[in-house]
Amino acid sequence: MTTLTDPPKESFRLSMLIYDTRYRSMTIQAVAMIGFMLAAAWLINNTIVNLNTLGKPIDFGFLSEPSSYDINQRLLDYNSRDTHLRASLLGLLNTLVVAVLGCITATILGVLIGVLRLSKNWLVSRIMTVYVEMFRNVPVLLWIVLAMAILIESLPAPRAFRGEDATASMSFFDTIAVTNRGVYVPEVLFSRSLGDVHFLGTSSFRFDVSLDLIAFLIVLGASIFAVRKVTARAARIQEETGERPKTLWLNIGIIVVPTAILFAALGFHLGYPELKGFNFSGGTHLRNSLIALWLALSLYTAAFIAEIVRGGILAISKGQTEAAGALGLRPGKIMRLVILPQALRVIIPPLISNYLNLTKNSSLAIAVGYMDITGTLGGITMNQTGRELECVLMLMACYLIISLSISSVMNWYNNRVKLVER
Amino acid sequence: MSDTSFVRTEMLPEKDPPATSVGAIGWARANLFDGWFNSVLTILSLAFIWYVLAGVIPWVFQSVWNATSLTECREIMSETWGSTHGHACWGVINDRWLQLLYGFYPPYPVTPDVNAGDGTGMLPAYFRPNLAFVLLLVAISPVLFTNLPRKLLIVSAAYPFLMPWLMWGGSIWGPVMVAAGFGIGFLAYRIVNPLAGSLTAIIAAIFVPIIWWLTLAGPVAGVLEGIVSISIPEVESRRFGGFMLSILIGVVAIGCSLPIGIFLALGRQSDLLIVKSLCVGFIEFIRGVPLITLLFVASVLLNIFLPPGTEFDIILRVLIMVTLFAAAYMAEVIRGGLAALPKGQYEGADSLGLNYWQAQRLIIMPQALKISIPGIVSTFIGVFKDTTLVSIIGLLDPLGLSNAIRADAAWNGIYWELFAFIAVLFFVFCFSMSRYSMYLERKLHTGH
Repeated sequence: MTTLTDPPKESFRLSMLIYDTRYRSMTIQAVAMIGFMLAAAWLINNTIVNLNTLGKPIDFGFLSEPSSYDINQRLLDYNSRDTHLRASLLGLLNTLVVAVLGCITATILGVLIGVLRLSKNWLVSRIMTVYVEMFRNVPVLLWIVLAMAILIESLPAPRAFRGEDATASMSFFDTIAVTNRGVYVPEVLFSRSLGDVHFLGTSSFRFDVSLDLIAFLIVLGASIFAVRKVTARAARIQEETGERPKTLWLNIGIIVVPTAILFAALGFHLGYPELKGFNFSGGTHLRNSLIALWLALSLYTAAFIAEIVRGGILAISKGQTEAAGALGLRPGKIMRLVILPQALRVIIPPLISNYLNLTKNSSLAIAVGYMDITGTLGGITMNQTGRELECVLMLMACYLIISLSISSVMNWYNNRVKLVER
Repeated sequence: MSDTSFVRTEMLPEKDPPATSVGAIGWARANLFDGWFNSVLTILSLAFIWYVLAGVIPWVFQSVWNATSLTECREIMSETWGSTHGHACWGVINDRWLQLLYGFYPPYPVTPDVNAGDGTGMLPAYFRPNLAFVLLLVAISPVLFTNLPRKLLIVSAAYPFLMPWLMWGGSIWGPVMVAAGFGIGFLAYRIVNPLAGSLTAIIAAIFVPIIWWLTLAGPVAGVLEGIVSISIPEVESRRFGGFMLSILIGVVAIGCSLPIGIFLALGRQSDLLIVKSLCVGFIEFIRGVPLITLLFVASVLLNIFLPPGTEFDIILRVLIMVTLFAAAYMAEVIRGGLAALPKGQYEGADSLGLNYWQAQRLIIMPQALKISIPGIVSTFIGVFKDTTLVSIIGLLDPLGLSNAIRADAAWNGIYWELFAFIAVLFFVFCFSMSRYSMYLERKLHTGH
């Protein structure tokens, strides 16, 4: 006869912390935690001792002192009497400007190149391969300084536009001036402008919002709403009768006419750049530093995006194309309705991480003197105030916030498009 | 009935395909002129290629090689071709290529007193960095190509100690003592293991070498140096530069980041909450900030974090930060490999009764690393390209040197030739690395 007995109760021994798998993980974690805390305490202690020796304990007060330097590209009003905090804010905005511009152009170029790399035309696909390999295998910093050198060295100086025997002329019917001091493009002006609304008084975060822009956005939003109504109605009629009413011209009208009326009411006109004295005035001045950075970052990132797009399209099995063809779809529609929606699932996550890389690479602005956040907070402010620790910490925090928000967008998207498997 | 037949009774001989669908013409028709759209594209591409080549080829080949300043270059150009435009002045490369490759590293490091003398018995120019580079190739070749004799791995093991000695110079006993630390650790493990069990042995294997390095290694090296002096002249870090510096940073960062990255990836995959969150925090932090901010830390902050009075050189600080940077990216790549392994592999390892480290070493890691090879190589390429960023904090990598060369009155205003030279060198390195990764992928592809 067998009796089932409980195994003898083991009393807890100290060695079980190491040899018993039930407790070992806790031991390891405790050791890791203690080790981490000790290391952190050691570093922080060193830092405090060193900073006290240097006579500059951690203090963010410098942020509210006047910056006394100028920022040549500014989205908000700013002068050298403003605080370091405002200078950093402007730098941050400049970072975002070049990042957004770069992402847009890099995507357009990258998709184009990726598709052309798959072209049946041997010559075209080879040229695109050369482009991709050329840009991927050379450091982005080199492309940035090269773009800057090209802009400065090979474009005509403003004085070449002057006089009877001008050696250079403005492009696009005399509206755009491409010079070695930057590109001057027409600016949008309203002669009966609604004015601006001012927010946050005189603080470092003050900003203005143009009422013209708000009016434009409202009208545009209303138009888009109307267009969606019209499209929905067309779809309903198609469901009922089998015939879809033509809505193209109606839709274009709905978008264009109200906007045109609004612009006419506001007195819309373009301000063209003009040569005055030794330089151009009027119009919007896109500085060389912005253009060089924008150009180099988009061309460089486009090479990576092209590879992603190519991989995404190749990842869709040929059967999908053939099945769509068997349904009688034309090549254009096959791409739009069958391949792209599936390919996007593969393409978008690495695409977003390339956007992230582009944003981080925009910190190389410091090499061409573009005043982004690395140039303001991590450059001039840091050198002027000598507050290295505070500046670098804030700089890292800014980039971390940007990165984390981009990656949370990515996670949200990944969850949304995740294939639900059987 | 007659035998008249209207059906052919014998086979016709095969005819050649029409001349327009085979050979060069057929290929061109199929690939270049297939429809009007493709034809237009082809013609546009040909025009584009013609435009580029017509600009670049005369620039590259109708150029001036023998000149010592830009002015001289321009004089020669206008004498020969009548214009200074559209011709490269490779004289700058001819004049400064050693600087672009080695920075200000002394070609003949000052010989120690033992071998005093001027010029006699000296090593050839740049002997040391060249030897370090050749040894690097020897050291990595058994890792890269499995069909080479395994004995070469001895060089690979010695290289981490040999390379710093060759590059920075000094007494050989320093690196030897550092290497001895590892031997001592191993000995400690072997001695303690039978006496006090494996865990104590591991702890001993970690702590005994640390004690050795911190206390005894220095004095012992001094004593040995006193007895048998084997030393080569020291070279200061500030003299390092050019491609030598890029390769040095790249190789060290890549070599050190791989093991760190593996541990970070394992930590991130583990069930231990605290270990996991520490790893995740580290990886996400490093990946979330640009390398340039980490280089700022290296150049202005790292000394603040260390005990007062610690002062160590800028290249070492940069190496630390670049290694940490690369390790975070490496960890993510390897994590991808770990995640891609089917769960059966983990369960199979468990069912064989392997413990965690055995399973990792024998089953999981070999497969996970194989899957992640493309990612690892592209991280390598990325890190190598990112070494150019050190020019922003004032180190003289090729880009930093190109500014230094332009600052010289003789070469003030020269851009394209320098950029082209640097770009070509980087391209050669990175492109060959990416080709190697493709070769490896094909070779390791054991699937179907």
